[in-house]
Amino acid sequence: MKRRDCLALMGASSLLLAGCAGIPAATGTGDLGVVVARSTGTLAIVNTTQRTLLAEVKGLGDLSHASVVFSRDGRYAFVFGRDGALTKVDLLTRRIAARVMQAGNSIGGAISADGRLVVAQNYTPGGIKAFDTATLELVADIPAEYAPGKLSRVVGLVDLPGHRFAYSLFDADAIWISDLSDRANPVTTKLPNIGRQPYDALVTPNGRHYIAGLFGEDGLAMVDLWEETPRVRRILGGYGRGQEPLPVYKMPHLRGWAVAGRRAYLPAIGRHEVLVVDTDTWQEVGRIPVAGQPVFVMARPDGRQVWVNFSVPDYHRVQVIDTTTQKIVRTLEPGKAVLHMEFTPRGESVWISSRDDHRVSVIDTQTFATQATMTVDSPSGIFFTSRAARVGF
Amino acid sequence: MKHLTHVKDMRNHCGEYPHMSVAHRALPFLTMVNLHSPPPPHGLQRHARRLWGTALALGLASFGAFAQQGAPDVARQKELVRMVRQDCGSCHGLYLTGGLGPALTREALADKPLDSMAATIYGGRPGTPMAPWKAMLTEAEALWIAQQLMAGFPEPQKDPR
Repeated sequence: MKRRDCLALMGASSLLLAGCAGIPAATGTGDLGVVVARSTGTLAIVNTTQRTLLAEVKGLGDLSHASVVFSRDGRYAFVFGRDGALTKVDLLTRRIAARVMQAGNSIGGAISADGRLVVAQNYTPGGIKAFDTATLELVADIPAEYAPGKLSRVVGLVDLPGHRFAYSLFDADAIWISDLSDRANPVTTKLPNIGRQPYDALVTPNGRHYIAGLFGEDGLAMVDLWEETPRVRRILGGYGRGQEPLPVYKMPHLRGWAVAGRRAYLPAIGRHEVLVVDTDTWQEVGRIPVAGQPVFVMARPDGRQVWVNFSVPDYHRVQVIDTTTQKIVRTLEPGKAVLHMEFTPRGESVWISSRDDHRVSVIDTQTFATQATMTVDSPSGIFFTSRAARVGF
Repeated sequence: MKHLTHVKDMRNHCGEYPHMSVAHRALPFLTMVNLHSPPPPHGLQRHARRLWGTALALGLASFGAFAQQGAPDVARQKELVRMVRQDCGSCHGLYLTGGLGPALTREALADKPLDSMAATIYGGRPGTPMAPWKAMLTEAEALWIAQQLMAGFPEPQKDPR
């Protein structure tokens, strides 16, 4: 580390001061994470054991809807910005390690199981692009060209075992699976007619089922990736038949999947309900009325609880479902405009961002007591390094 | 049948504002007619074009006329700026450069009619994810937002911490 860097970081951490003094600043990354400060293009680095803000990394551009994946060692955060930037942030030196403008409008990304490929999903130009995680050099460019000259916006990108990535084409009603084992010659399997307007997707914890939510109709499209020839199956078709859908002010996010035991918990579209599905039969086994249009429906890592947040105008609330009874056991009001929740690796705490209160709250998931709060400018996504070890995160 | 919501919304919209001119009511009506045809293969773009075309052809001026009253005061304007940047920003981007929803920069909106913009904000756009915001906005506020967007939307102010 250069002396100038050390001076700049003085006072930020005793660990780094030790590094400046010439002693190797050996530290793990298992309790590190980041909070996106969307309005200022800043990433806050946090420690989940100490429940503190460690540092801010600035200059990441437009971070509205920014999402993050981690290298396998938990040292590097790959940040996908709305403006098409892909930034590799070193959580130990707390600096930008590499940065590339890879698209005009981006919505997120994924990282391969072996940590060698990071892939961005883009709206403009519609498609995916794969980069070498070491250098951020472009490895493959796969436009989502569903008709001559027509590119679809890509949503719901997930990593699959091997160098495979599944994603959905919002404008083409399709799911594509690209195999990048041979970097120079990617092979893409295209599944058309999956249902209208897929808006996001998830892969189950075992990497077997890819499920895309549909905005244009009731139901979800599911692919069993363990089948010899993957095909699309409709699940929960017509879950809202005969009812009047409510306005959807914000698209739900499926990525923080909630699979708890043999049940999956999914946000309904246009209704104030969480849908409960049996993951053996893929039949609906229940609906839980909730306080608004669900956005994130996330299981605590042990699956005992499912936490739900909501779109505007109900986004001052968070609700907790007990998965043994399917009942809401707690309604919390952690702040104005709750945008995201992230569990600590084993789920004893959850971190919640309240955008309009500029606050991140750490809440005990057993007692629901607030354990700490931090001030972050318009916080949105919260991402902990434990994601590095999970498929689909 | 997602679009049925919007049909009902549009009907309410008319019902709640019986003083609206015939020209204004015509847009929701034609929208409903459009919806009864089966969705085309690439329905989004075509549908959008038809809607814009309809609005242009009718030369709607009424939205502005009756919405002049009740323009938002300075405090409310500040709230609306934040709402557009942050909540509309979920789909359109914090800098309104687009996302799942189209870009709402001044350049991107150059050829769009003001009344149609305001009507879309207030009543939503059937067949697309654009929701009606009338539960959170008055028509005058929708018009004010449309005017600001077309003029280049104000930068967000730093909130007190």
